[in-house]
Amino acid sequence: MKDKVLQTFEEAVADIPDGSSVLVAGFGPGSPSNLIRALYFQGAKELTIIANGAGGIGGAGRAGVITSGTLVEEGRVRKVIAAFTASTRPSRPSVIEQLQQAGKIEAELTPQGTLAERIRAGGAGIPAFYTPAAVGTELAVGKEHRIFNERTYIMEEAITADYAFIRCWRADTFGNLIFRRAQRNFNPIMATAGRCTIVEVEDAIVPEGELDPDQIHTPGIFVQRLIKIPPDGIQYTGRLPA
Amino acid sequence: MQTEKVKLTRDLMAARAAQEFQDGWIVNLGIGIPTLCSDFVPPGRRVIFHSENGVVGYGHNATGEEVDPYVVNASVQPVVLMPFASIVHHADSFGIVRSGRLDAAVLGAYQVSANGDFANWKLPGAIGGGIGGAMDIAASAKRVFLCMEHTLDGEPRLLRKCTLPITAPGVVKLVVTDIGVFEPTGEAFRMIEIAPGWTVEEIRAITEAPLIVGDDLKVLTV
Amino acid sequence: MQQKVFDTFEEALSDLSDGASILIAGFGGVGSPANLMRALQLSGAKDLTLIANGAGGAGLVEEGRVRKVIASFTASTRPSRRSPVEELQQQGRIIAELTPQGTLAERIRAGGAGIPAFFTPTAVGTELAEGKEHRVFNGRTYILEEAITADYAFIRCWRADTFGNLIFRRAQRNFNPIMATAARCTVVEVEEPIVAEGELDPDQIHTPGIFVQRLVYIPADGIRTVGRPPA
Repeated sequence: MKDKVLQTFEEAVADIPDGSSVLVAGFGPGSPSNLIRALYFQGAKELTIIANGAGGIGGAGRAGVITSGTLVEEGRVRKVIAAFTASTRPSRPSVIEQLQQAGKIEAELTPQGTLAERIRAGGAGIPAFYTPAAVGTELAVGKEHRIFNERTYIMEEAITADYAFIRCWRADTFGNLIFRRAQRNFNPIMATAGRCTIVEVEDAIVPEGELDPDQIHTPGIFVQRLIKIPPDGIQYTGRLPA
Repeated sequence: MQTEKVKLTRDLMAARAAQEFQDGWIVNLGIGIPTLCSDFVPPGRRVIFHSENGVVGYGHNATGEEVDPYVVNASVQPVVLMPFASIVHHADSFGIVRSGRLDAAVLGAYQVSANGDFANWKLPGAIGGGIGGAMDIAASAKRVFLCMEHTLDGEPRLLRKCTLPITAPGVVKLVVTDIGVFEPTGEAFRMIEIAPGWTVEEIRAITEAPLIVGDDLKVLTV
Repeated sequence: MQQKVFDTFEEALSDLSDGASILIAGFGGVGSPANLMRALQLSGAKDLTLIANGAGGAGLVEEGRVRKVIASFTASTRPSRRSPVEELQQQGRIIAELTPQGTLAERIRAGGAGIPAFFTPTAVGTELAEGKEHRVFNGRTYILEEAITADYAFIRCWRADTFGNLIFRRAQRNFNPIMATAARCTVVEVEEPIVAEGELDPDQIHTPGIFVQRLVYIPADGIRTVGRPPA
């Protein structure tokens, strides 16, 4: 069986073509910063990014840190599906908003829970489901409404993607993953919904059999590529910009 | 001298089905004969067995010291865990199934028809049924292989059309019976392997659907 | 905050009244809440709705105390011998809703996750899809299934803390984590001694204690066997 462990982030993203859709995990911790950086340098464009936030808050963030927002700013992204696309300051529109205004990007705003569930559904073979979130608001306009047990819900459709960029704490060579605390967030669900799931590993990649099966959060059958973050890779030191 | 007619045992049927498993495949094994398949993985191939109850990455059927009552397959028989094993809950287990990740599933059946329908959840006269995970698995696995006896109480089970309520329409790719290996082709079954000692006519006589036999018919060996 | 730990199974079920709906975890007896089922039997409660993988029910069905079962197995495996559920179905004394196991699991998961309904490809083209809404997504046909929730969930776990955080052992897991989310009152029988809050590693917890209302440690003379006895 093919070895899933790769040596560099460059190798891991080398074959990602223009036009790819990429699920990008993270909510502060758990953001696959090394993979995003590698994708940035690889040059792929016309991307669709699905993430909690994609550079919507404050632009590209801390100097020197490449995020999904950087990809957006440089015009490499044609569509974003996220729970945050706008700036929190009316006077300073986010990059996404500016590009939206210029007609250069499509931005689909979706409630975070709905986003998570759409991704989970995609990974679980469910094409659509109903949720109460956003009923009665702007985001429900145009969506199918339905009543169950006297409450109104709207129908949402599943999300899957070509790639999923994941960040975990520990892994084994089979690709079984364990997450640490709040690093988990979107990671386990995105791992199931990408056709090619690529994982950057913080602590260690151990041989098969070293992880306790009951403690594994994501079975390795969902994972195609693993890279251990080297000492000079992007470590997690605290809140990253969205 | 005539070769003695051989009917495959459950183990041999499972072993024959297991020959289909390719390196790296994710394979689900259903209750009964199919769960014997994990004892017969061809050497040199790594197969990831998925059990509907949430065990991902199990191995052969456990005996003696290997038995952990907490580690069981779909037949609720103890199995060993592979070094790469993990556990998921039931909804996630079927999420793996429903999202099309099973390269193959081996299931038992009461009947199979030439167009690839099969029935394995409701017996004649039964009011209830036993579906288990079969409908989920059959609807979404990439390949469905059946392990079943060719006849029951003398009645053929490879039919033109299933008379029992079906589990899924048109999904069966291969049928391993105790006397041969067959592929549903739409209007007929193509027999690709024949058990030692049997003639084509003998098998045709106990197969209700039409039987096609090519020049490449082989004797079934495991 | 309310104390969740109870001393006996009987106390834990003392308010379970006639007509209750109960999710019962377990797969082939592994992860099955055998002690809670025994307490339920002794309680005398009737007119129950049971939701489980198999419609066994610790003799409750035979005693005529079950009004409805939702399960993926309702029939006997022997054609000549009807199961208790089938006998009662024949007499019109029980409603038996047969559902594919994966659909059952997802219906329960949806119930616990606030999702009223979802689409699945399972059972399309079979008897079980009759009468269900069909819809095509991306060229494939799916059917609509509705969520399941219940008054009680009977859970069996390996380890727990007093907050009700739960850890399951291997294939004991199965329906337990999802059923725990889908009931108004989740009652758990615990195999290992219940530990204080803070003793379990948060990353290893399978079911957050917010889903759990009652915990009972299985005493030495309780039903401690795992699964079916060896054949």
